[in-house]
Amino acid sequence: MDRLVDRAGVERAGVDDAVVGPSLEAKVNAGDTEAAERHQPQKSVSNSRLVSIVAPILTALLAIGLWALVTLVISGPTSHIRPFNPLDASRALARLISDGAIWLDIKVSLMRLASGLGIAAIVGISVGCLTGSVPLIEKATTPVFQFIRMISPVAWTPVAIVVMGVGSAPAIALIALTAVWPLILNTSAGVKAIPHGWTSLARSLGATRVEAFRTVIAPAIRLPVLTGLRVALGVAWIVLVPVEMLGSSEGLGYAIVNAKDALAYDELIAAIVIVGVLGFCLDSALRYLISKASFPSKGDH
Amino acid sequence: MTDLLIHSSAETSEPEIGVGRTSGVPRPPLSESDVELGTVQINSVRRVYGHGSSAVAALDGVSLTLKPGEFLSVVGASGCGKSTLLNMVAGLDSPTSGTVSVAGRVSVMFQEPALFPWLTVARNVELALQLDGAGRTERRARALELLALVRLESFAGHRPHQLSGGMRQRVALARALARQADVLLMDEPFGALDAMTRDLLHEELEQLVIGGTSVLFVTHNVREAVRLGDRVILLSSRPGRIAASYDVELPRPRRIEDQGVSALATEITTRLRKEVAGHGSH
Repeated sequence: MDRLVDRAGVERAGVDDAVVGPSLEAKVNAGDTEAAERHQPQKSVSNSRLVSIVAPILTALLAIGLWALVTLVISGPTSHIRPFNPLDASRALARLISDGAIWLDIKVSLMRLASGLGIAAIVGISVGCLTGSVPLIEKATTPVFQFIRMISPVAWTPVAIVVMGVGSAPAIALIALTAVWPLILNTSAGVKAIPHGWTSLARSLGATRVEAFRTVIAPAIRLPVLTGLRVALGVAWIVLVPVEMLGSSEGLGYAIVNAKDALAYDELIAAIVIVGVLGFCLDSALRYLISKASFPSKGDH
Repeated sequence: MTDLLIHSSAETSEPEIGVGRTSGVPRPPLSESDVELGTVQINSVRRVYGHGSSAVAALDGVSLTLKPGEFLSVVGASGCGKSTLLNMVAGLDSPTSGTVSVAGRVSVMFQEPALFPWLTVARNVELALQLDGAGRTERRARALELLALVRLESFAGHRPHQLSGGMRQRVALARALARQADVLLMDEPFGALDAMTRDLLHEELEQLVIGGTSVLFVTHNVREAVRLGDRVILLSSRPGRIAASYDVELPRPRRIEDQGVSALATEITTRLRKEVAGHGSH
């Protein structure tokens, strides 16, 4: 709540001062009366906040309800859908978590994701800076990049396995290959979107290339890079599962295939739920980082 | 000791980031001890963009001298090469032929305030001092002094988006002054502001720089040029050539609505109109 009030106060200050000019007293005086006025809006703000928390929870419950309806009520006792019901799945989930069997798979999958994303970030940001600042390089690389980008990384899995063998290496390589494109494209777009005046200004202030990068370019592209990382994380997480299904004996993708081979359909669904929950958490973490890195774009020229 | 910086056509390399620094810059320093700090000499400068049949001469045969402490306004229709001229003095562009020499250091102010949205107002001003190598405490104190000069000291902790257009441009002015330059280059700095705000900023600028820093002030607003300048130069269009030069011998402080300002502005506008019409008949 404090933060909300703060923000309201700051915005008000911006509007008032813009018109009146330097008038801190006016702001302080206004503060007293505003406190009373704010009481009303605050209530509606907290109400809408409550709704914004409750509504998604209700939707989630509804989805689980539908799942139960299809697998337990509509389907007959001998139906092939029945083993995938939420009751058995949640029991399996509790069992997998408590006996610790799934933790190794989670650890391996997250490690592969992080390594792949790390490689993609280093390559993608560097290449993106280059294509974003040198039009010729961008023109030269676009056809090849778009060609490779449009091939599903899963299609490369057999190639990666032949070259690198079974295990983490091909998975990491394919995750990097998946995640590098959004990072290149977003970094490049971010570099191109830097107002010409900013770089001219840095030069006119006598900034060296390194100083200009540190003081202007890096902070200016922080947001597009993080957005690219969020997109990259999403596709990488989606691609990781089929890659692990094909060429691995560990990880969540393998856990799903393994459960299928063991006819343990409850554990199969439990692994899928874990994939979804982890993906949701990772995406939320990046969304939070992005909201922290955002700055108002008004008045940036 | 004077350090005179030259950017001449002899330099074939692209201007790098780093041009414009006081010393140790790519421009060769010329030791002519008789040139006073704050002097800018532009000798038969020509600037051509493009090659072959598509080549366009933005400036041709422009020669002028900015004397120390002088406020020189440059007016002309859009596309007459005013900004090109200013960028060459700033070291952001180089002449195709001819020389531009600057005694002392320059500071530039553009039409857009170019404030960084991720920095506070104070940190934006500090950036100029930081790139000059000033220590943290020193630049903190100095930034607040400069913000006081433009009457914005109480907004030091605000973000640029919380300020009005006029206030943002005042922050840009404070940052431009932070470099303690001998020559201040202003490229239509008030072009995007409303008339009242512009009028206030004219007053502030007059108090802060007249008689001290040399100023090269580019604008398409003839009244503004006369109201501020000790001298007004009129550039013709494509290629930009000096069409006329007017000494403004009006007492200061001036006001935009002064009789003398109006009269001279009318005279210059009439001449400018002829230039534009003449160019159109070609």
